[in-house]
Amino acid sequence: MNDMTHDSYTTEDGRTIGGVVMEMKNITLRFGGVVAIENISFDIREGEIRAIIGPNGAGKSSMLNVISGFYVPQEGDVFYKGQKRPPMRPYQVAQQGIARTFQNIALFEGMSVLDNVMTGRLRQMKSGLLAQALWKGKAEAEEVANREAVERIIDFLEIQHIRKTPVSRLPYGLKKRVELARALAAEPSILLLDEPMAGMNVEEKEDMSRFILDVNDEFGTTIALIEHDMGVVMDLSDRVVVMDYGKKIGDGTPDEVRNNQAVIDAYLGVAHD
Amino acid sequence: MFYREAGDFKTTYAADSQTFPIKFDRFRYYAVSFVAFLIIPFVINDYWVNAIFLPFLIYSIAAIGLNILVGYCGQVSLGTGGFMAVGAYGCYKLMTAFPEVSIFFHVLLAGGITSIVCVLFGLPSLRIKGFYLAVATLAAQFFLVWLFNRVPWFYNYSASGQINAPERTVFGIEVTGPNTEAWATYLFCLVFLTICALIARNLTRGTQGRTWMAIRDMDIAAEIIGVNPLKAKISAFAVSGFFVGVSGALFFSVYLGAVEVGEVFGINKSFLVLFMIIIGGLGSIFGSFAGAAFLVLLPVLLKNVLVGMLGWPTDLAAHLEFLIIGGLIITFLIAEPHGLAQLWRVAKEKLRLWPFPH
Ligand SMILES: Nc1ncnc2c1ncn2[C@@H]1O[C@H](COP(=O)(O)OP(=O)(O)OP(=O)(O)O)[C@@H](O)[C@H]1O
Ligand SMILES: [Mg+2]
Repeated sequence: MNDMTHDSYTTEDGRTIGGVVMEMKNITLRFGGVVAIENISFDIREGEIRAIIGPNGAGKSSMLNVISGFYVPQEGDVFYKGQKRPPMRPYQVAQQGIARTFQNIALFEGMSVLDNVMTGRLRQMKSGLLAQALWKGKAEAEEVANREAVERIIDFLEIQHIRKTPVSRLPYGLKKRVELARALAAEPSILLLDEPMAGMNVEEKEDMSRFILDVNDEFGTTIALIEHDMGVVMDLSDRVVVMDYGKKIGDGTPDEVRNNQAVIDAYLGVAHD
Repeated sequence: MFYREAGDFKTTYAADSQTFPIKFDRFRYYAVSFVAFLIIPFVINDYWVNAIFLPFLIYSIAAIGLNILVGYCGQVSLGTGGFMAVGAYGCYKLMTAFPEVSIFFHVLLAGGITSIVCVLFGLPSLRIKGFYLAVATLAAQFFLVWLFNRVPWFYNYSASGQINAPERTVFGIEVTGPNTEAWATYLFCLVFLTICALIARNLTRGTQGRTWMAIRDMDIAAEIIGVNPLKAKISAFAVSGFFVGVSGALFFSVYLGAVEVGEVFGINKSFLVLFMIIIGGLGSIFGSFAGAAFLVLLPVLLKNVLVGMLGWPTDLAAHLEFLIIGGLIITFLIAEPHGLAQLWRVAKEKLRLWPFPH
């Protein structure tokens, strides 16, 4: 790793961005003949909001799936906290403190909002099967402590009123919020959000933007997010990676990316040669 | 208005996650326990204990076990009969090999053995799901019955190929063998059911239950939030196997006393317990009780009313029973997958508002 990774700096709005916490190096991912990701490298710094943008099918979700261990790239490495990450199952990645939401909501439909959010705290649950079977002492204390933490997140995301509602009965916008709550419950060091605002109306988008900024600000959580709404991306993010047809075509601050010719072409639909 | 949660505020999270969060439910639970432990033993007789109470208690344990696997963790199993047989034969071997040890521990150990066997047959669940898993457990069912039939060591080389429960006592009171008293066998099984139900309830309302349900509802998402699918599924098979094993041990030693494996623990048993949880309610402890009660009572009721009172021929009544069960299964599967337990919840919700529906 070079020296760059240890530089930290302060943003205009007074947040501290630390060194590189995650680095993707020369990642290539193929599905049969389809190259979803082609030799892409980029990094994510501690405490920043990092956006990944690009047209449909660019390979953005695939990139998040590589980070969360769901897809194994044919080439390239993932470095986490300065160390090369060995091949890992998704649950092991989660236990390292990387939480995420999905483009198509993936909540547990048969459970209440509270139970869904509580599942997010598996990482913090330590008591064994026997202790739980007897439900005395440690298991109960742990359940109560975790419930308190979860209630703070429920308050934070303003979903107290639907706490006991089965998730299957919620409207789309609230489901997205519950999914964010579940990811936050894990107290992740990196939070991956796959189109957290897709399909929302303006008001819901504003709420969600506020929550994302607050999470980053109050908990210092590093966030990598995919988003199509350019206004939102430019407002929220510190740095942006632009993908098109599996390739990286831009990387930098929102202003840099906005003025990048390749990016403008991709978004205006200039023909590829 | 008789049944309500208003005015019953929880001031701690512990109180909110207790087994019966509503006072009225808690009261009913104490009342049921009181009747079950302190009244029924004094009035019970041989007919009631054999026709209704023992089968109900023992099937309830099996239903809870299967419900953990199917209803909570979403792993289908058609091997319940075979796993009950493991409990029965495990108990028999332990009873005859260690006559000085209390039968109480034999039953528990039989549950432990079944738990291990169940885990072994559950390993394919890591690769296969749904229909294919059902077929794999069906194979377990047939294999286990075949094994207990074919290997004489399991039935201690008895000429009949059957296993017979020797006389055993608890605190000097006989609970197995031909000379048992109704109240003693009843209480013995009731103690096991109580233990199993409490354990199941504790497991399902906490982390473990949420882990199982996460796997059931969406295994990919579960894995991405940190659930180890191997551990989650294996633990469901283990816990489920323990309960089913205990029920098999009791079914053999306390209830029947003598068992021919193909007859008692055949594929019919697997379906019977599965029907119990479908009718009672998947993913509900209460539903396991309700389903067991329903399928134990239905034939007794039909027999008494149709054959006893109306004078129908026995086989006609038996066929009607098939029709009713079949119809109910289809109805519940299509209309109300959460079974009687859900109907009960809906009724409670209505009661909560009654008499002011808005
Ligand atoms: N599991 C898979 N099997 C085969 N092909 C896949 C798979 N997942 C993604 N792809 C392909 O990889 C490419 C990138 O898909 P990806 O979902 O990452 O795009 P995206 O940038 O997230 O698009 P969108 O904005 O529509 O969500 C697409 O061509 C897609 O068809
Ligand atoms: Mg996508």
